[in-house]
Amino acid sequence: MLRRYWPLAAFIVLLLMLAAGLRLNPRELPSALIDKPAPDFRLTLLDAPDRAMSRDDMAGQVWVLNVWASWCVACRQEHPVLLDLARSGEVNLYGLNYKDERPTAQGWLERHGNPYRASLFDGDGRLGIDLGVYGVPETFVIDRQGRIRYKHVGPLTPEIVRERLLPAVRAL
Amino acid sequence: MIPEFGQLALIVAFCLALLQGVLPLWGAARGDARLMAVARPAAHGQFVFTALAIGCLGYAFLAHDFSVIYVASNSNSALPWEYRMSAVWGSHEGSLLLWAFLLSLWTVAVTVFSRSLPQLLLSRALGVLGLVSAGFLSFLLFTSNPFLRLLPPAPDGRDLNPLLQDPGMIFHPPLLYMGYVGFSVAFAFALAALLGGRLDAAWARWSRPWTLAAWVFLTLGIALGSFWAYYELGWGGWWFWDPVENASFMPWLTGTALVHSLAVTEKRGGFKNWTLLLAITTFSLSLLGTFLVRSGVLTSVHAFATDPRRGLFILVLLALVVGGSLLVYSVRAPRMEAGGRFGLLSRESMLLANNVALAVVAGSVLLGTLYPLAMDVLGLGKLSVGAPYFDTVFLPLMAPVVFLMAVAPFVRWKGDGAGRVARQLVWAAILGAVAAAAILALVANAGWRSALGAFLAVWIVAAAIRHLAQRVRAGAPGAGLATRLRRLPLAYWGMWLAHLGVAVFIIGVTGTRSLESQSDVRLAPGETATLGEHAFRLAELRQVQGPNYSATRARVEVSREGKPVAVLEPEKRMYHVQRMPMTEADIDYGFMRHVYVALGEPVDDRSWILRLYVKPLVGWIWGGCLLMALGGLAGAADRRYRLRPAAAPRAASTGSAAPPASPAGAAARV
Repeated sequence: MLRRYWPLAAFIVLLLMLAAGLRLNPRELPSALIDKPAPDFRLTLLDAPDRAMSRDDMAGQVWVLNVWASWCVACRQEHPVLLDLARSGEVNLYGLNYKDERPTAQGWLERHGNPYRASLFDGDGRLGIDLGVYGVPETFVIDRQGRIRYKHVGPLTPEIVRERLLPAVRAL
Repeated sequence: MIPEFGQLALIVAFCLALLQGVLPLWGAARGDARLMAVARPAAHGQFVFTALAIGCLGYAFLAHDFSVIYVASNSNSALPWEYRMSAVWGSHEGSLLLWAFLLSLWTVAVTVFSRSLPQLLLSRALGVLGLVSAGFLSFLLFTSNPFLRLLPPAPDGRDLNPLLQDPGMIFHPPLLYMGYVGFSVAFAFALAALLGGRLDAAWARWSRPWTLAAWVFLTLGIALGSFWAYYELGWGGWWFWDPVENASFMPWLTGTALVHSLAVTEKRGGFKNWTLLLAITTFSLSLLGTFLVRSGVLTSVHAFATDPRRGLFILVLLALVVGGSLLVYSVRAPRMEAGGRFGLLSRESMLLANNVALAVVAGSVLLGTLYPLAMDVLGLGKLSVGAPYFDTVFLPLMAPVVFLMAVAPFVRWKGDGAGRVARQLVWAAILGAVAAAAILALVANAGWRSALGAFLAVWIVAAAIRHLAQRVRAGAPGAGLATRLRRLPLAYWGMWLAHLGVAVFIIGVTGTRSLESQSDVRLAPGETATLGEHAFRLAELRQVQGPNYSATRARVEVSREGKPVAVLEPEKRMYHVQRMPMTEADIDYGFMRHVYVALGEPVDDRSWILRLYVKPLVGWIWGGCLLMALGGLAGAADRRYRLRPAAAPRAASTGSAAPPASPAGAAARV
């Protein structure tokens, strides 16, 4: 009756996975992406379905891309930080509205305030996949040549903005 | 000195837990009654010392002892006393201490209320509880000591996370943990049965009230957490499929399955393997939840609680407790289901369907929670699974469970005729279909989900009323209606109420989803906005000072067709120490609807964005949970679980499949 060993076997697989997961830090920058060009994209704007934006439109400037969604709980948590960041005027902050629906997302921005110069609309999550988005929210700093220079996974906090994100932007 | 006393108490408790974990199990294996007798006093001693430890920590908070790191990190001299108390479990170390304390509380409860248990079973169960406790206490002592000192002491504390400065947070963690930890009793009984090789109807009868009690606490804990999210986060939702929410929901699902599986084991002697496995799984998922929340392998809103350094310790603990118990299960699980045969349509088959479906739901929630981690580990890239996945998967899996829930009580044990069952339910089905059609016809934006919700809710209620009527008609001849109702066993009322609670819950979810109206408006003082039949007038905005925050408070006068309904005062708070803005929504709680107002962002000097909601029936969501918990409580209080000690051994020997009581010989047979 080997059947009785199945739960144990399933648990051992789970355990190995958790052990491996423990060695990875979900907030850490995957080294594969750093200093690589950001994936090419052409997406419509959240507020204007008839206007599109591509990676090359952003060439020549340093910009910050924040991946968010109205269904994302932690986005709500980091939102005041983004609003502060936008108010400071130190960065070009753009949003990537990930796997969302336009009306819901627009409503969400109206309700909580809109820190973004513009939000790209990525309804099917294609750019998210290219960027290797793991858990919303994520934030990328992209340089003048269109390369990803810094990535943060998870909600931004004032400390992370002050000690990591802003120095990364200023260095470029 | 007080924190050092707490530290010392923890060490003593750890030693006692080791004694309680090792000696009784050893004694049970050798048949040594003196060693087994250690269990009870050791458990009592452990309780005294963990209580002392948590008391010392509470004292450190009340006395503003900022020389204790944990206090300095989670309290402040301006923090009101009730939140200084709840700050004890406001962060990692303290919540683990609460975990250990509650475990010793449950253990003492077992020693007090299970005097009638055979000594072998009781010693083994207490031994298992002792080992679990030793694991947690060592985790506390070696990696998460709440009594560590800070020298020189901090002048003031960093304050409790403002999200947690709320009455709901005083009670939510203890209730939830009572549920988590309470399943350790069913777990310990399951392991004791496996070790002893004896699993009969009496065993199931002992396990049931404990399982129900833990289930009641977990239900209340989850409901309170959800209610807290609803009014405290200020954005009107009540469930977010956050990893930490999922962590509490998974043991609830398997715990629910366990409650039902135990019924079959008790009444028909069947499903023994299932019952044992579910008891182990439920507690394992509670531990896994702790691992997920505390280790930082997943990102979540509860992320303020994570610390990757402790992950390894919890993982080892998880491996020992869960791996060990599953190993015992694999080696000693009953080889044959001795429960007797049952037909395709029978109470057993209904409960089996319930078990399988709930286990599958729990599995898919686990999958959704761990999928991003699994992909990452396998090097298949990083990706996210959000609420869309859970919404897609949960409803199709759960709807059949809820549908069968109304059918099962009508179906007889062993086997039944489809025609007989269908004839009794035809009216419920018709009423349900009418309700579904009505909601589609009357509500503008009702979709198939609303129709399904309406059908299921009415279907359950109609079936429940019909079943109750049948039971009453079958009551003692000549007795009045009141007498007949009173004579129904509490366990029956428990089932009835809990199932009704599911219907009420569904009404709440469906009502809110299909009838809710919401608007974000920009208002300056004196201006009015309307939402459906309700008018909202922003009467004034003013600044107020709280003990450790300052706030903008709005006064919103709500009226309906000219008649005043309520005056709501939502706030936007800024907590001084953590510089964290908090939205305090204000809600007019009505039986049929909530009116919910929250302050958004200021637009300019005069006007603010206000979020207005009218949420019909939303309160029924938590009302349903309360009914479920009440049902569980009634079930746990049924008199047949309170048999006098003298009666218990007799009950054990009449168990349907009780093997003879020779531990060694029976081991292979169970």
